[in-house]
Amino acid sequence: MRIFLLRVITILMASVFLYRLLDLQVVNTSYQALSENNAVLEIAEYPERGFIYDRNGKLLVANQPAYDVMIIPENVSPFDTLSFCELTDVSKKRLIYNLKKARRYSKRLPSVVVNQISKETYAKLQEQMWKFEGFFIQKKSLREYQIKNGANVLGYVSEVNNNDLKKDDYYRLGEIIGRQGVEKSYENHLRGTKGKRFLQKDRFNRILGPYKEGNYDIIPTPAKNIKLTLDSDLQAYGEKLMQNKRGGIVAIEPATGEVLALVNAPSYDPSILVGRKRTNNYRKLANDTLAKPLFDRGLLAQYPPGSPFKTLNALIALQEEAITPKTKHRCNRGHYYARGAFMECHCRRGTRNDLLSAIYKSCNTYFSHTYKAIIEKYPTPEEGVDQWKEHLKSFGLGNYLGYDLSIGRPGHVPGAAYYNRAYNNGGWKAPTIISNAIGQGEILTTPIQLANFTAAIANRGFYYTPHFVKEIEGDSIQQKFTKKFTSIDPQHFDVVIDGMHKVVERGTARIARIRGIEVCGKTGTAENFTRIDGERKQLTDHSIFVAFAPKENPQIAIAVFIENGYWGARWAAPIASLMIEDYLNGEVKRVRLEKRMVEGSLESEYLKPISGELFKINE
Amino acid sequence: MNRTFKLDWLVLLIYFLLVIFGITNIYSSTFDANQPEVFNLSRSIGKQVVFFIISLAAGIFILSAPTKVFERFASIIYLVIIILLIGLYPFGSTISGARSWYNLGGIGFQPAEFAKVAVSLAIAKLLSEIQIDIRLFKSLVQIVLIIALPMVLIILQPDAGSALVFGAFLFVLFREGLPTSYILIAAGLIFFFILTLVAPLPFVYVSIIFVIISLYFFSKKVNKKVHFMPYVISLILTCGYVYSVDYIFNDIFEQRHRDRFNIVLGKEVDTQGIGYNLNQSKIAIGSGGWEGKGFLQGTQTKGGFVPEQHTDYIFSTIGEEWGFVGSAGVVLLFSFLILRILSRAEVQKNKFSRIYAYSVASIIFVHFFVNIGMSIGLVPTIGIPLPFISYGGSSLLAFTILIFIYLNLDANRLNEANF
Repeated sequence: MRIFLLRVITILMASVFLYRLLDLQVVNTSYQALSENNAVLEIAEYPERGFIYDRNGKLLVANQPAYDVMIIPENVSPFDTLSFCELTDVSKKRLIYNLKKARRYSKRLPSVVVNQISKETYAKLQEQMWKFEGFFIQKKSLREYQIKNGANVLGYVSEVNNNDLKKDDYYRLGEIIGRQGVEKSYENHLRGTKGKRFLQKDRFNRILGPYKEGNYDIIPTPAKNIKLTLDSDLQAYGEKLMQNKRGGIVAIEPATGEVLALVNAPSYDPSILVGRKRTNNYRKLANDTLAKPLFDRGLLAQYPPGSPFKTLNALIALQEEAITPKTKHRCNRGHYYARGAFMECHCRRGTRNDLLSAIYKSCNTYFSHTYKAIIEKYPTPEEGVDQWKEHLKSFGLGNYLGYDLSIGRPGHVPGAAYYNRAYNNGGWKAPTIISNAIGQGEILTTPIQLANFTAAIANRGFYYTPHFVKEIEGDSIQQKFTKKFTSIDPQHFDVVIDGMHKVVERGTARIARIRGIEVCGKTGTAENFTRIDGERKQLTDHSIFVAFAPKENPQIAIAVFIENGYWGARWAAPIASLMIEDYLNGEVKRVRLEKRMVEGSLESEYLKPISGELFKINE
Repeated sequence: MNRTFKLDWLVLLIYFLLVIFGITNIYSSTFDANQPEVFNLSRSIGKQVVFFIISLAAGIFILSAPTKVFERFASIIYLVIIILLIGLYPFGSTISGARSWYNLGGIGFQPAEFAKVAVSLAIAKLLSEIQIDIRLFKSLVQIVLIIALPMVLIILQPDAGSALVFGAFLFVLFREGLPTSYILIAAGLIFFFILTLVAPLPFVYVSIIFVIISLYFFSKKVNKKVHFMPYVISLILTCGYVYSVDYIFNDIFEQRHRDRFNIVLGKEVDTQGIGYNLNQSKIAIGSGGWEGKGFLQGTQTKGGFVPEQHTDYIFSTIGEEWGFVGSAGVVLLFSFLILRILSRAEVQKNKFSRIYAYSVASIIFVHFFVNIGMSIGLVPTIGIPLPFISYGGSSLLAFTILIFIYLNLDANRLNEANF
């Protein structure tokens, strides 16, 4: 027995050990996860964000390196704070605060002390880095704008917030996301897909090197460069013309639906939303509730379209056979459209207009009769107005257009249901809603909708959904934006286009005439109101002009809208005309007109409602 | 005399397997991508390889020595070691709180490791003498003194772990006929030792009185003629023992020693503080799976999460990088080694060889049991190396000497059998 004791114990203990090892290593798998938590660090690898080019291949947005000064607090030894502050342009107070914060966060992990120093500062600091033990410089990538305009289309990027994190689990705190414009719409293409790198760390969280020779790493998918439909020269020219005014310009290539320019005024240089001053600058823009530089009027401003809308009523009437081009109406500086209800017109007393002259003279009387004819062609006004609404919808009015930016407004086209609600089921007829004849009243459109239907007229019956991106790294995306036909047959367009041509040749917009180019257009004004101390107050009309050119084989369709600019011909028409000349001829010969438009300012007009004094409008 | 062909080749083979596997794992535990070379004397791996070469030289020297030398010089070797242990107090250098080392020009020399060999030889020699009978109290006192002297010297360094290893000789003494009552007394002492650590002192005294009075009345029932005095004496002795255990634990031990006991006794559970080693060791071993993460692939090992990983916690590297296959293999190799030596001990022709072989097996068993048991959380954290595998020149050399003396003694039996 004595001989065998130790042998028995040995066999027993060996069995216990083997059982325990089997349990630890094979049965219980929780230790694997524990060891990964311990020793493997997962870090994301970001592809460089895609570049943005304009339609002619000109680089608009690239990336620039930015440099953060980092520290690992446990490695920092006393240093010359004064020279550090001078080099990096931070106050001593701020530096001490950041050092404390870093130390509180972790003694062993790196923290940012000074963020986003410039290339120049970086160069200076790099030479002196040996003086600052425990400091190092980390490179990161920021957007770099090659142009000073187009901020509303380009958008901007910023760090993800909690909402983004909740919405999409791709993102992690501290990552960058496209916020507005094409940066947002084409975020997935521009950012690419981040990869992952697994690193082996030690017990102090220091990195030792790749984990398993990088076999588990995921290589990032490169981002794609995109080519916009925008013509950056035209965009820049538009913004120049719009300075000291508020409003928007939308220019579309009718044959493709490509947006050539989307000008918002006032605008800002996209570069100011990059780098250290970003937060301050953004706050300044967002807090400007009067000029609203962040409010993209071309896409968001909804107003009654005014006279340009008459062209659509003409087309609908022709299609519905409510009139023919030869139909004539007499105008006596206006007409009574119902008992005691007179609509003014600026035609001379006793004018007899046919459709052509009604368009270029913008005769309210003629279009009232025409509109009435459309509505009254049907047994009830409900059917009439709904039929009319269907036609308008085929021009992209009353709903979102479906372009590739994330913001927009549907506008409004009233139908029977709307008027039944407004007038308690019945009790309304064509005269009740006669304002629709001349684009006033309940109908609302955005400038891009104006430009779009102008393009549809230019095309004689179809349009492509407007869009801002032409190619995503070699792939044309035209097929995504389909050809849409209007409900108007092509033969009806000629007389309307002739009318629009005459508007420029002999009508209200003679100022928009360009030598050698047949421009077709239509002026408009839109009444608008504001509230001052709770009282509804009318302001100076908005100046509106839609146009396309040349008349045959149109290259550009444009809508210009100037807040409180009064007549369409005063601001909108010349600006549209200069845009067309610049785009088609590549230069502007009407220097004096250009100078007047560039230097013209409406600031005094914008001060009126906030002056607190009584003011006159439409001067 | 063709001695070299009559070796215990199996033990030699296991020895080489363990040492080479040990060097492999030391390399991995201390791996530095900037200095990947093996023969770098400024690094642990290079030193261990050098010690292996020195050990082999010592081994060959021992194998070629005449067998009688060991029995003849046992006393002298023992004396030298005792002197070396005493010499630590004036001349030793202190590493992590224990004065256990001689510093020989940058190389540490730890006499406690060699004391195992010396005591094994001394015990074998003493027990094989004709006038010694382990059942006699007089002989037992001699034996206990031989074991206790180096043990006390080592405890006072303080290096409780290395001292504990001398408990291995209980197996030897038991094998050689130590009466069961002594074993029971030893078991009782261990019981009261643990009780003293976990329970309040008054409670321990009350328990002692209770146990001894119960024993007295139990014996009286069996045998009417029981003397009263031995029980009184044992009561006093036990109380004195408990008092001194308490005194040593609280006044001589440092906090780190106390902590180690406290963790395994369940008095403190703290995975970030003192229990950190054990926790990280279990994570390392547990994450190994069936086949392990592969040589140099252990994340726990590379990250240095397990302290002392190339020395006392080398088994966690094996568990992580070689998985169940590797760690179970090591357990099996040690078991075969111990069982092999035990069975060979029984067929030795002279008592000296038998007792020495038995001592070797017992010492290896205690190291194996404590070290691996500690790494997988079954035994308190006691800092003793895993024989042949852990980093440490003194340890490798001492165990090599231990094994090769056994090989020499065993070879002598085999070769004599031929004539």
